[in-house]
Amino acid sequence: MPASVLWAVDLFGRVYTLSTAGQYWQLCRDAQLEFKRLSAATQCCWGIAGDNQVYLYVGASDVPIRRREETYENQRWNPMGGFCEKLLPSDRWPWSDVSGLQHRLLDGVALPSPHWEWESDWYVDENFGGEPTEKGGWTYAIDFPATYTRDKKWNSCVRRRKWIRYRRYKSRDVWAKIPSKDDPKDLPDPFSDLSVGGWEITEEPVGRLSVWAVSLQGKVWYREDVSHPNPEGSSWSLVDTPGEAVQISCGPHDLLWVTLWEGQALVREGINRNNPKGSSWSVVEPPGAGNGITHVSAGVSVVWAVTKDRKVWFRRGVNSHNPCGTSWLEMVGEMTMVNVGLNDQVWGIGCEERVVYFRQGVTPSELSGKTWKAIVAARESDHSHSGSSSSLLSAGCFFGDEVKGGSESAPSDTDAASEAERPRPEQSAPEELSDNSRDPKGSSALSPETGGSAECASVDTCPAEGQGEATQAPGASERPVVASTPAELPWTNIDLKEPRNAPSHSTAGFAETTGLSSLGLCPLGLDEPYGVDEPLLWAWVSGGSCTVEVGSALKWFTVQSGLSPSVQSLSLSITPAQTAAWRKQIFQQLTERTKRELENFRHYEQAVEQSVWVKTGSLQWWCDSKPHKWVDVRVALEQFTGHDGTHDSILFIYYMVHEEKKYFHVFLNEVTALVPVLSEAKHCFALYNPERTRQRWPVRLAAPTEQDMNDWLALLSLSCCISRKVHGRPSPRAIWSVTCKGDVFVSEPSPDLEAQDRLLPCDQMFWRQMGGHLSMVEANSRGVVWGIGYDHTAWVYTGGYSGGCVHGLATSNSNIYTQSDVKSICIYENQRWNPVTGYTSRGLPTDRYMWSDATGLQECTKASTKPPSLQWTWVSDWYVDFSVPGGTDQEGWQYASDFPASYHGYKTMKDFVRRRCWARKCKLVTSGPWLEVAPVALGDVSIIPESPESPEGDGRGRSIALWAVSDKGDILCRLGVSELNPAGSSWLHIGTDQPFASISIGACYQVWAVARDGSAFYRGSVSPSRPAGDCWYHIPSPPKQRLTQVSVGQTSVYALDENGNLWYRGGVTPSYPQGSSWEHVSTNVRRVSVGPLDQGLRRGVFQVWVIADKVQGTHGLSRGTVCRRTGVQPQEPRGLGWDYGIGGGWDHISVRANATRASRSVSTEQEAQDPVCC
Amino acid sequence: MTDDKDVLRDVWFGRIPTCFTLYQDEITEREAEPYYLLLPRVSYLTLVTDKVKKHFQKVMRQEDISEIWFEYEGTPLKWHYPIGLLFDLLASSSALPWNIIVHFKSFPEKDLLHCPSKDAIEAHFMSCMKEADALKHKSQVINEMQKKDHKQLWMGLQNDRFDQFWAINRKLMEYPAEENGFRYIPFRIYQTTTERPFIQKLFRPVAADGQLHTLGDLLREVCPSAIAPEDGGKKNQVMIHGIEPMLETPLQWLSEHLSYPDNFLHISIIPQPID
Repeated sequence: MPASVLWAVDLFGRVYTLSTAGQYWQLCRDAQLEFKRLSAATQCCWGIAGDNQVYLYVGASDVPIRRREETYENQRWNPMGGFCEKLLPSDRWPWSDVSGLQHRLLDGVALPSPHWEWESDWYVDENFGGEPTEKGGWTYAIDFPATYTRDKKWNSCVRRRKWIRYRRYKSRDVWAKIPSKDDPKDLPDPFSDLSVGGWEITEEPVGRLSVWAVSLQGKVWYREDVSHPNPEGSSWSLVDTPGEAVQISCGPHDLLWVTLWEGQALVREGINRNNPKGSSWSVVEPPGAGNGITHVSAGVSVVWAVTKDRKVWFRRGVNSHNPCGTSWLEMVGEMTMVNVGLNDQVWGIGCEERVVYFRQGVTPSELSGKTWKAIVAARESDHSHSGSSSSLLSAGCFFGDEVKGGSESAPSDTDAASEAERPRPEQSAPEELSDNSRDPKGSSALSPETGGSAECASVDTCPAEGQGEATQAPGASERPVVASTPAELPWTNIDLKEPRNAPSHSTAGFAETTGLSSLGLCPLGLDEPYGVDEPLLWAWVSGGSCTVEVGSALKWFTVQSGLSPSVQSLSLSITPAQTAAWRKQIFQQLTERTKRELENFRHYEQAVEQSVWVKTGSLQWWCDSKPHKWVDVRVALEQFTGHDGTHDSILFIYYMVHEEKKYFHVFLNEVTALVPVLSEAKHCFALYNPERTRQRWPVRLAAPTEQDMNDWLALLSLSCCISRKVHGRPSPRAIWSVTCKGDVFVSEPSPDLEAQDRLLPCDQMFWRQMGGHLSMVEANSRGVVWGIGYDHTAWVYTGGYSGGCVHGLATSNSNIYTQSDVKSICIYENQRWNPVTGYTSRGLPTDRYMWSDATGLQECTKASTKPPSLQWTWVSDWYVDFSVPGGTDQEGWQYASDFPASYHGYKTMKDFVRRRCWARKCKLVTSGPWLEVAPVALGDVSIIPESPESPEGDGRGRSIALWAVSDKGDILCRLGVSELNPAGSSWLHIGTDQPFASISIGACYQVWAVARDGSAFYRGSVSPSRPAGDCWYHIPSPPKQRLTQVSVGQTSVYALDENGNLWYRGGVTPSYPQGSSWEHVSTNVRRVSVGPLDQGLRRGVFQVWVIADKVQGTHGLSRGTVCRRTGVQPQEPRGLGWDYGIGGGWDHISVRANATRASRSVSTEQEAQDPVCC
Repeated sequence: MTDDKDVLRDVWFGRIPTCFTLYQDEITEREAEPYYLLLPRVSYLTLVTDKVKKHFQKVMRQEDISEIWFEYEGTPLKWHYPIGLLFDLLASSSALPWNIIVHFKSFPEKDLLHCPSKDAIEAHFMSCMKEADALKHKSQVINEMQKKDHKQLWMGLQNDRFDQFWAINRKLMEYPAEENGFRYIPFRIYQTTTERPFIQKLFRPVAADGQLHTLGDLLREVCPSAIAPEDGGKKNQVMIHGIEPMLETPLQWLSEHLSYPDNFLHISIIPQPID
């Protein structure tokens, strides 16, 4: 989970942000402006400043916001001069837009605002529907509104070409003033409030944001055309309201609430994808007459409000279908404002003391949350002051989350005007000090003169205060002899209870208070007057860009000094712990000890005899013979262990056939893979050995509970790993793969894996699971491994191992982090047209189910469809997916003449059926050796493979080329990637004219990419000194095929098309790296990976691995099988056949790290003389 | 050896070559040969000496046999201390094999607990485990375990099965991700020079400022004499499992990797041998 920020404005109009990973408010740089209002979204923040102007802050990013301007040059042929600019009077403009209706000169295209800049000059687009055009980019037609073709024909009378130019939004990381149009009628008065939301109504590529504003005269305005690629929008348009508006709030989805001068709320109805402005208003009365609403804030399915008397209210029953909700529910606390952010989390600003509160315990099932918790974060500049007092810091800190921010009792102290001036008559009870903990500067300001600090100290040194105090003793490291427990302590007598909560008496409004906890925080003010000015008093807060995951630990509520441990541990460079002297010493001494104590005494008898350990259990087994069904089996794992820890294990499976006892067994040292099979209903896993891999029929076993399955998997995989002596971090040259369930597997290459004469058959490769959930993984031989999740999140490998369901001893205890992934489950609603009622859900008897999967063969209703496995949980409701291929109408329908047919997004006379896709998001949380590379989401990634010939000398800091395609199709080049910093530092954006799908970089810096329109491109002049290269060369696709993926090894280039054909690029030479033609290699290929050892033609090695479909097994065809190309001869560069390995159900493989060359009989001298290709 | 997991294995498979000799005053029918054995460091004397008992009983008359006990250089050996601890504390500077005297008479009641059966060892072992988990997790982990898990821990120790034991024990070594360690570190510090059997106090793995406490921090806090001897000249060794970890070693790491099976860090403070 990458950090996100909470935005807030203090009473002086200064803007601060607070990161979810941090604990200090950071002042927003643009210091001249003072702000009144802010409203944040994930990519930007809108605000109204003291000059009543609207400002927009777009955060910096490695990926620019760029928009394409296009204009067409049109020409007509005449017999005199050929094609020329002279057109017929009835023709379009010589320079026009795509329709030809608008005159559009190159010079006439202006930047929309001063916040944009041109990226380059105009140039001609030579790409025509994925194919390169002839020079000049002209396309030809008979007449103007017609179909254009690439080739000039005898009847081509007109031609046109497209000029393109990109503009970039440049005002990033600054407050950019939104230009107000000159017409004073349009904007009669300044704005007083504004709100941004609505980003969940449309998904990318539309990606619209709804920006609403209220003017001083009480009118409501909507900003047109705001989206991520057009952050400023275009113009304000007035939306009529039945009353005078004072404040407005737009939720992330379709909720829009407005407060009226009279105290009611207006709710906008009819907001949807096609009508972001909504259609009508409804009035919601305030909770009580005469107690009007002063402030509202809307989330996805909640609305919070504040009334005149400062009370906070929660609106029950709010959702898309009923935006007004049902009734008000009074909440504790008094606030000047509340703000609902992402995930319906809530923040508020307390009335008197102006502290920002966070609502704790807001979950999808409990949207109103549990308690208000004060954010005690200090300003960034303050924390350096607290360094010397760190050792005194609070025993309370140990209680982590249990430390309530003490200050919860504060809001009820209504007599406290401002705590800095507040007199403190009674200081003895800890409760009274509680306010201090909320704001350390507040307490420090008063401590010297009030004597409050003395009280703090006395409380702190007197641990007899509560019975649990003794347990806090270690915290007070400055006092060596605090409360030690008697030496011989029977365990039952240790009182380890948390300090009991002191009864609170100042908690009028708040049910929950912990007096004692404040103890821990008060010593802050002890001897450290900060000398900084007054505490931060807040005026406004916006959580629209702040993602607080349910259950995540925030560090906002305790004051700590020093670098937070989690920040330290998140650094990916080799942690000092691994290389620390103490660790080395322990390793070394243990080795010496073993030598000293055992070396000369090995002939001694062992005190404990060797024994066989048998673990037995009851599982279910998917029967090998027909009828295939789950049968109950007893299993026994017999392990023989020598005293040196060597293992030998056999798994016995006992079953009954016709009341006859039978069994079979599996030697664990022959097992090649243990794969969790995450089915909807059962906790099962599959066990492969070479024989079963060839049969495509693993041993499938199911356990009664997830825990049982994990225990068995952990035990079995540990036995496998030990018997193969495989453990710890995979070697840098390991082969990585991903199953269709998102499980990550890794295999250690043996030297003869790629040896030509004595190839190790693929089915004997041993695969072990790494934790985490990914859709693809790419590696290179220097240990840099990146993965991409189903939700397109980029992940970098941390060097840990296992995690996820492979827990226990096979898991490293460092470098394992939480990982989550989100994917959408799609079902289809199908309808047939009949003359009487139009489209209905009544189909013909022969039709598919009216609710089905994509194929129509399976019935899938909203109610019956479950997440793909028990690990996944729903995180959204069903919604119509408009992004399906082929397009949809406004309600998401796609039309066709009959069911298994091609669908289009508009209705014609011939269309008798229609369907629409409903999607629902589900989420999985697991753990694994992966860290997120925020914030750019990726579609593909490729790391430069390094052959054994690559120079080794430059060391671990040498940069490694890594290219990627963002989920939006941008081409990116990662800078700063090295063995020491595998995550790299920043993205370099490479300009392209169309969105891309796939990328691959070869060992000699040959970058190939495939665009979404199926065409291939070669990037010229990429080198270590010029990581971005210079320009793109368009490579025509194989005839009538759209390419989908490309993989480049040492020298060779392979590509896949959308029909599963694998193509080899012929004629590639160092001087002509683009090659000359595509040569067909194979069909039924889903994914290709070319390794660094592909100089096969001369060396007899040829490293092309694929994921293949339709592989024959004993029980039918299997999809998704790992295969290696074999039979490559100098005369047969494309190879002859496939060697089949593990599968089906595999989705991805990367052999690009495997530069393990087989030792060959050829003398190394001869080898060295071979010229290197690049 | 580069992996932390190997430390667990090395600790578990630590062995002390031992020579058992029958006490000279025991009455035998024929001469008793010494008995040589590799003792697991992490186990308990009475748990792994069935063979020794049988060996010496063969040469003795039934009526001369009462409860077995062991002695090293005049010190009766407490069976309820792990073997490795006994060795480190009493014999680490002497030559191997470790010479242990076997007694069958005059049980030193004031020094030793009786060990009537293996059940007594199991009871002691499990109570140590529970105490350790009380310190580490407020007993939450051990209490959530099933009876069979407890049994598996014990059987793992008894049968010297590393995997069997650690399959369960790893759960006791976990801690919440948001914390940086256990609540308290279960440890006991033993010194031969004092009357007190051992020192045990509450000590956190992480300091208030988030810094990890080290072995040195612990000793300075609870046993300052160990690292700063009063007389200045004599130095002490701080020994766990026969090795001397550096004082900079984080305590949490030690607790996870160098604890005995009872989940305690048994730390021996012994005078530096003069050589």
